[in-house]
Amino acid sequence: MCKTFGAVRANDDISLALAKGKIHGIVGENGAGKTTLMNVLYGCQRADAGEIYINGARRSLRSSAAAIRAGIGMVHQHFMLVDNFSVLENIMLGCERGMFLGANSPGPRQARAELQRLAAEYALHADPDALTGDLPVGAQQRVEMLKTLVRGAEILILDEPTGVLTPQEADDLFRILRVIRGQGKTVVLITHKLREIMAVSDRVTVMRDGRVVAVRETEDTSAGELSELMVGRAVVMEYSAAPPRDSGAALTVKNLRVRDRQRVVRVRDVNLSLRSGEILGVAGVAGNGQSELLEALAGMCKVDGGEIIFHRGGGEGDGGGQGEAAAGSSPSQLRAAGIAHVPEDRRATGMVAVENASHAAILGYHCEAQYRRGQTPRGIFFDWPFISAQTRRRMDEFDVRPPLPEIRAAQFSGGNQQKLILAREMVREPRVLLIGQPTRGVDIGAIEFIHRKILALRDQGSAILLVSVELEEILALADRIAVMFNGAVVGETPAAAADEKQLGRWMAGVRDES
Amino acid sequence: MKVEMPGAPQNMPWWIDPLLLTVCNLALAFAFSALLVWFIGESPPAIAAELLRGAFGSAEAVGYTLFYATNFIFTGLAVAVAYHCGLFNIGGEGQAYIGGLGLGLAALYLDFLPFPLLLLAAMLAAALFGAGWSLVPAVLQARRGSHVVITTIMFNFIAAALMNYLLVNVLIKPGSMSPETRVFADSTHLPMVHDMAAAVGLTLSASPLNLSFFIALLCCVAVWLFLWHMPWGYEVRTVGGNPRAAVYAGISPSRCIILAMCLSGGLAGLLSLNEILGSQHRLLIEFTAGYGFVGIAVALMGRSHPAGIVLAAILFGALYQGGAELAYTFERISKDIVIVIQGLVILFTGALGFMLRPPLGAACAKIFSGGGRAVA
Amino acid sequence: MPSLELLLSVLDSSVRLAAPLVFAALAGLYSERSGVVDIGLEGKMLAAAFAAAAAAAVTQNAWLGLCAGVAASCTLALVHGFACITHKGDHIVSGMAVNILAFGLTVILGIAWFAQGGRTPFLGSDARFGALVFPGADAVAPLPLLGPVYRELLSGHNILVYLAFACVAATAWALYRTRFGLRLRAVGESPAAVDTAGISVAFLRYRAVLICGVLCGFAGAYLSTAQGAAFISGMTAGKGFIALAAMIFGKWRPWPVLSACLLFGFFEAGAAHIQGVSLPLVGAVPVQAVQALPYLFTVVILAGFFGAAVAPRAAGKPYTRGEH
Repeated sequence: MCKTFGAVRANDDISLALAKGKIHGIVGENGAGKTTLMNVLYGCQRADAGEIYINGARRSLRSSAAAIRAGIGMVHQHFMLVDNFSVLENIMLGCERGMFLGANSPGPRQARAELQRLAAEYALHADPDALTGDLPVGAQQRVEMLKTLVRGAEILILDEPTGVLTPQEADDLFRILRVIRGQGKTVVLITHKLREIMAVSDRVTVMRDGRVVAVRETEDTSAGELSELMVGRAVVMEYSAAPPRDSGAALTVKNLRVRDRQRVVRVRDVNLSLRSGEILGVAGVAGNGQSELLEALAGMCKVDGGEIIFHRGGGEGDGGGQGEAAAGSSPSQLRAAGIAHVPEDRRATGMVAVENASHAAILGYHCEAQYRRGQTPRGIFFDWPFISAQTRRRMDEFDVRPPLPEIRAAQFSGGNQQKLILAREMVREPRVLLIGQPTRGVDIGAIEFIHRKILALRDQGSAILLVSVELEEILALADRIAVMFNGAVVGETPAAAADEKQLGRWMAGVRDES
Repeated sequence: MKVEMPGAPQNMPWWIDPLLLTVCNLALAFAFSALLVWFIGESPPAIAAELLRGAFGSAEAVGYTLFYATNFIFTGLAVAVAYHCGLFNIGGEGQAYIGGLGLGLAALYLDFLPFPLLLLAAMLAAALFGAGWSLVPAVLQARRGSHVVITTIMFNFIAAALMNYLLVNVLIKPGSMSPETRVFADSTHLPMVHDMAAAVGLTLSASPLNLSFFIALLCCVAVWLFLWHMPWGYEVRTVGGNPRAAVYAGISPSRCIILAMCLSGGLAGLLSLNEILGSQHRLLIEFTAGYGFVGIAVALMGRSHPAGIVLAAILFGALYQGGAELAYTFERISKDIVIVIQGLVILFTGALGFMLRPPLGAACAKIFSGGGRAVA
Repeated sequence: MPSLELLLSVLDSSVRLAAPLVFAALAGLYSERSGVVDIGLEGKMLAAAFAAAAAAAVTQNAWLGLCAGVAASCTLALVHGFACITHKGDHIVSGMAVNILAFGLTVILGIAWFAQGGRTPFLGSDARFGALVFPGADAVAPLPLLGPVYRELLSGHNILVYLAFACVAATAWALYRTRFGLRLRAVGESPAAVDTAGISVAFLRYRAVLICGVLCGFAGAYLSTAQGAAFISGMTAGKGFIALAAMIFGKWRPWPVLSACLLFGFFEAGAAHIQGVSLPLVGAVPVQAVQALPYLFTVVILAGFFGAAVAPRAAGKPYTRGEH
């Protein structure tokens, strides 16, 4: 079996050969073109040039339907399931076998039988009558895989399948993938997590900037080599550590509990303390409560129990300054108290894409007196010329390109949007900066700039809580590291003493024996 | 939520989108209207000429045009303010109707007040009643997530039933057959523009154009200041553009939704200032005559900007005034052609508003490819 | 038993008044289940009422009138689909445009074609849908209770009334027992799931919008050629919105939607009967209060006080591949 590829928009002259009965890994950073490539394979997007051969025959995959007919199945990163359908209905959708679907029609009957067969063959269990939306994420993913198998897929593409899974669920997934391989089917695993590639794949293709930069047999390579290939240079993220200072506590979190809208506990009994002039890195697999922790601290969601105390006037020795309980404070009260927040998803949370950069530059601080006519809190109108001039200065300071305050926020690149938000949150030299995924989707040049800004702020004495799913980033920046799993902090260590293996165990939910 | 528009090339001159695209969409709407006119056997140029003559042919006609435009400014602003908060207020009709009730009650029972005070009371009553009528949909949207579009539609019908009851059974002028109140006292009538002009020595021919035209223009300025120059308006627009960013910034979306809807309802309520206190001088059934819905077309065409709304309102004022004259000249056509045009304008500048953007964008990109700014 | 007679006559007119609501509410159900919000039911009904009356007047054939009504309604449905599906326009704005356009067009064309101030010529009994009298209706009439129920309530409606009720059963079956129904329900909840299953979202939605057009055509034709005998401008008088309310009230499910239509039909029939009558407990109820009831009910339901009324999740959102 062989596929050849020509130029694709985000993909530049890619050739790829997949061997039957193997697990093939495709790795690359965000934006390396992995997903585009797979979308072309699945007929979601059209290639501008190039050819695809399956079992030696040239196929044109002009639609998802054609891809399905050609035996390609895809498990998307965001599941393509109808939540209020039963598992059976989701499985049948698109391959109903006939117009009518009464209880005794061939469609539902065969689908049921097929599910039973697959459950036996692949150990893929799913209750056909369960409501899909009620299933846990791992089970929903199994439904997605069943969908592809019921359609007779010979090539199974999985796009970032473990992003939402717990380590146990991920292990379960890998076990299933091996069974599928054992049945002579081909699996394509797209991911940016090298650990997984090393664990499960037979062969790896590395992509960077829309190109294939290397193909390796998994047994002949190492995670280190792959990560160098992915980034294009050895990953050096080492910054000089600040001299440790004995400064006062800035933030204390006691027994914090947060539930989401569905009343599921997302943060359970978290205890943290953060000192001025220190970066506390919160690591963990995405979806283990870090986002909710950050939002709770920033006052964006309701706290279910516990205490959040931001200490006033830290720096006066240990436990210095009186604390103020902050649980239940609004984001605007917190900002006024010097607590700044750079949100995880800048586009969805940190700015209004349809408004201009000046609008974004004062978001959250728009009630400050300096922005009013006459610079008094009594002024009822904005002083736009002042705001615009200030925005322009800050854009220069933070290297936002182009430095034009009147341009719509949406028209800046991800890195420049992030710098704009960082400028807004950092120029006030906050007592505490809460910052989530500071470099997600940001180009490499900007990453270093952003990291240096964060470190500079720490050196000025701000306390920084850094949440990131990139362990490298945490290791490079943090003075202390806490690891979250399933809503709880499972381990904490000074960065200097951090051991990557131990962090990995914590991220998988293994607590230290004590 | 306001969406980002697809197919917008990044380096187009700013005016392509609001001006050229709107003009092209309007042209499409008028082209289809002309097609209809031709289809039923009249001459489109003749109808257009008659429309123009009827709307602008004399000082009196211009007065009428601006009189109608006043209505549309109020209802257009009402739709626009809600739109900037990400809400589609279809309830302008009902809010204007109930606003008229407030104004009518003030004019009927407070007519002992000196005129300036009465005007203030009447305006307040109209705005408060209008705002009150939008309050329930607003609160339901803000607190319970009930879609404001559907609830405001329902409230239009509830308003109609309520006013029908009040005018037929309660407020009706004793002994009258038609459902309307007594004529308000002379002291309450808004000064006419031709009278005001006469006072300073200008002679204008009589038309129902009255003081509320200027109040409407003041409202435009106020809305503009509110939305773009005041922190409250900033918060409203933030909620409309990205509710999550609003929460992040410490802005309460529900408070903004209620604020925007109440302002919207209040502006719609002020319609009665022109129609009732300015012209009819009595509260009568169905005085809103669909003006609330014209507001949708006006706001869409005016891109929800006060300046655009004034222009769009004058266009529709001209269509209404010119259209009213059509039936006298042409036997196969009536003023309802204006309603068709209104529908087509909503269709082309609203629902199909993006249709022409890719080709237009491509054409402009060709023309301006050298001059555009590179945006990283 | 005058009270039984009164009750039967109210129920009888409830059924008659509910029939167009049933057609239109089912029309809305198909459209919204596919993810296309349709507040343009009113306009489509109005256009259909006009086209049906006009065609019936010209051809003297009620069935040809019905066909014309369906064609007119479908044309507007396609306009709505073109804006919402092909050009990803705002569904509410497009629906509003359809309503206003229909109102204007019917009057303009009415005046141009018939010169009766927007009315269409009065239809004789040949050009209308007449009552179907069931066999033995008169024979069983003397029987107590059953006789009058059979004669008044079941028998004696025009064919469209029976068709409306048949449509409810057909819709329930189609929605839950056919491939089309499965896909329709899926596309309104998660168009991405449908797209990646190799099914065209746009084609599916266009079909739903067309079914909506056909049903609105029936609803409109009913008003002008079965219930009435001519088209009068604006004759739908908010029925499209009551149907929309009934669809929400029935939570986008066929049988509950039927109940809501019957309830709203009953209100309308009742309003005509309670004028000036003093009811026990509440005294004289203003007829306008009864007229406002469907709208009030819908607001209360939307407020979620009696179980949430949850619209199909993707309703009103244009589908663009690759966006979640």
